[in-house]
Amino acid sequence: MSSTTPQDIQVFRIYIEAPIERVWEAITSSDFTTKYGYGGPVEVDLTPGGDYRNLTTPQMREMGLGDVAISGRVLEVDPPKRLIQTWRPAWHDEDTTLTWELTEYAGPLTGVTLTHDCTGAPNTAAEVIGSGGADQGGGGWPWVLASMKTLLETGHAMVGAGG
Amino acid sequence: MFKALADPTRRLLLDALFVRGGRTLSELEAVVTEYTEMTRFGVSKHLRLLEQAGLVVTRKQGREKLHHLNPVPIRSIHDRWIDKFTEHHTVALTDLKRQLEDTP
Repeated sequence: MSSTTPQDIQVFRIYIEAPIERVWEAITSSDFTTKYGYGGPVEVDLTPGGDYRNLTTPQMREMGLGDVAISGRVLEVDPPKRLIQTWRPAWHDEDTTLTWELTEYAGPLTGVTLTHDCTGAPNTAAEVIGSGGADQGGGGWPWVLASMKTLLETGHAMVGAGG
Repeated sequence: MFKALADPTRRLLLDALFVRGGRTLSELEAVVTEYTEMTRFGVSKHLRLLEQAGLVVTRKQGREKLHHLNPVPIRSIHDRWIDKFTEHHTVALTDLKRQLEDTP
């Protein structure tokens, strides 16, 4: 497969053996967000128009970022099933939209579908697809979701994730 | 998942979605029929298999159902298998090089 321009709308799906409420918490609560993905506490006002902030980790601040890694605004919220928000990385001047959709199945098993609309945001699109090395911070959403699954299913952080 | 990848039509569909995601069944049908004779029903069956294997994700936009690649399993196949194979080959070649170089 040859390389191509990153796609505007990217869709990621993973299944996690956990109740839907726990997956919802993993997305919206700092107790979890510091233990998977790129880490950092999350501050979110879960009402339409509410602010969203993913704060930086000490490691990110060492690399020159300020206090906020990702900022955004809640557009639509229906706990624990649906969250639509804007998502703006501090290191790119680009606004994007994230849609989290959770579906619970027997088990309980939760299907997580993450749609990242990066229309007009080519730099963000190129990063979140996750074609870089995970050990170099290039894992993108596939890596973030994999580490969320590890955390929720085993109770411990995936190697290299969180912070 | 490997069964899903074992069919040429399904690999063609994945290639098409890699180049451009967010396509409808009709668009994908057009891609497939350029290469081979297949009914819309056949294409739809292949897409359903890819979706069951987690390789393709669909989302609704208005009345349309759009198909995308799901990078999550594709990344993990790459990490678990491709990297390992590449590593083996590299190691094998390094060993061969050393053996050849050590031979007087």
